[in-house]
Amino acid sequence: MAIEKRARFQSSWLPYALIMPQLLITLVFFFWPAGQALYQSLLVQDAFGARTEFVWFENFVTLFHDENYLSSFKVTAIFSLLVAGIGLAVSLVLAAFADRVFRAATAYKTLLIVPYAVAPAIAAVLWLFLFNPTLGILAHWMHGWGVDWDPLLNGTHALIMVVIAAVWKQISYNFLFFLAGLQSIPKSLIEAAAIDGAGPVKRFATIVFPLLSPTTFFLLVVNIIYAFIETFAIIDAATSGGPSKATEILVYKIYADGFKGLDLGGSAAQSVVLMAILILLTVIQFRYVERKVQY
Amino acid sequence: MATSLPEPATSPPRLPFLVRMNLIPRAWQRGTREGMIENRPLLTFVSHLALVIGVAIVAFPIYITFVASSLAPDEVLQSPMPMLPGSHLIENYRQVISQGTTSANVASAPVGRMMWNSLVTALLIACGKIAISLLSAFAIVYFRFRFRALAFWMIFVTLMLPVEVRILPTYKVVSDLNMLDTYAGLTIPLIASATATFLFRQFFLTIPDELAEAARIDGAGPLRFFWDVVVPLSRPNIAALFVILFIYGWNQYLWPLLVTTDESMYTTVIGIKRMIAGGEAATEWNLVMATAMLAMLPPALVVLLMQKWFVKGLVDSEK
Repeated sequence: MAIEKRARFQSSWLPYALIMPQLLITLVFFFWPAGQALYQSLLVQDAFGARTEFVWFENFVTLFHDENYLSSFKVTAIFSLLVAGIGLAVSLVLAAFADRVFRAATAYKTLLIVPYAVAPAIAAVLWLFLFNPTLGILAHWMHGWGVDWDPLLNGTHALIMVVIAAVWKQISYNFLFFLAGLQSIPKSLIEAAAIDGAGPVKRFATIVFPLLSPTTFFLLVVNIIYAFIETFAIIDAATSGGPSKATEILVYKIYADGFKGLDLGGSAAQSVVLMAILILLTVIQFRYVERKVQY
Repeated sequence: MATSLPEPATSPPRLPFLVRMNLIPRAWQRGTREGMIENRPLLTFVSHLALVIGVAIVAFPIYITFVASSLAPDEVLQSPMPMLPGSHLIENYRQVISQGTTSANVASAPVGRMMWNSLVTALLIACGKIAISLLSAFAIVYFRFRFRALAFWMIFVTLMLPVEVRILPTYKVVSDLNMLDTYAGLTIPLIASATATFLFRQFFLTIPDELAEAARIDGAGPLRFFWDVVVPLSRPNIAALFVILFIYGWNQYLWPLLVTTDESMYTTVIGIKRMIAGGEAATEWNLVMATAMLAMLPPALVVLLMQKWFVKGLVDSEK
């Protein structure tokens, strides 16, 4: 595809006028706040905003010596690996089966894409209701099996609950991309392997799965970014980071420290760290997905 | 219908990744493959079984929500709650839409009002993004001007930093501009994003140069060309993007949570969060669940009714 157009229009003012709305919004609501976050992260301010001091990188040093912050990193790592791992595995299995069947295929697909339309916060409320220790139906069953289920008090249970809600919400997306990946694999390759006597499992392991690696890698990065950022609503609506910070992921901690704790410098420093992680992930996505994972 | 990319000329595996991903809409429409490789009844049975179980698990929370939304207040508090719909369906929905709930001992705004707010927000975000992106992509593709590369990169960088990581300073800007509790404050900061601009740029690059040349020879100016040629050609992309952005706007959480303090400006998603904030005892779950159903309905309808556009939009907008 051409990167540049041959045919162009000439005007000394029109292009600026056309691009102005977007640039203006970007400057006011994006660059200005992002700059503020960078600047804030180098300041220490008391809770009432009366006194401000420029402290260079002290906020970052404090941050990485802060037990709570480090444990939030750990929670984020566990959470995002679980969300990405389980989400990809479940969706791949469903997509592989959906790729095989003829009958009712459309019905399966249609039903599986519905969770995409559900807001993360609503997904959280749904699962919170199902897992509610006093009236939730799933909690009731688990009590029946002898599990002392209480996500409102038990940190591990709370983490399991938000992982399930996050995976449920993301299944549609992963499923669609896996299905498309599967359908773009040339059928002749599979047929050749079948003629050579390879069974369905062997074909999947040695042909389909390796050919699917670009899709898988792409989805892995997208899912990790999803778990890092977009699950904010799930965490806030379902657990508010609790009980005792067991589900406090990085993005939630920025909000909790900044808006509830009023630690502006610390919150800004956390924002900067998370921005750096995100930029890194996005760069990896662009570089590797396009070039390295080829077959 | 214009497609976003030309038919693949080479064999599929050699195409770059994202180009191949662009073939999804067609793969999707094809639905099934022509002819199975071999007939294995057992494997087919297992496939259907796995899919039925998968669909059942995925649909289960929505079914329970529906059942809960049709129960009387004391029925929903039973443990276990009934698994079949009750008789209070219409009553519950009528109450939340016109009066809201009194959960957490605080009367909420009527959900009808919240849904109106959600609708306005979603439409403003979707249409706003599409409009400013069409214009800026047109400028970037069809003109040479100073700072073009700079402008492009400034827009591009916004891809990487969602509002969640710069909440506080963005909130401060909106508050300084007196935009709290307004539709402008709810929507304009979210309109600044590069995804749509990028998508339109990619698409404009595939429009044959001959069209622009012909337009020029016929004496049509850039704006005329934009309106009479570029916008009509972009219709499939606009439709696909609209579906994705409508859902994105309707489902917004963090931003409306921060900028709305006035009940009458709450969106539906925020309204539900406020309803359950009072904790256990005070929550009227049957009404909360009716509100949840109402919050899910519009985006679900958009996805289901515009499925083809939805899938295209999902794939296209993925950077």
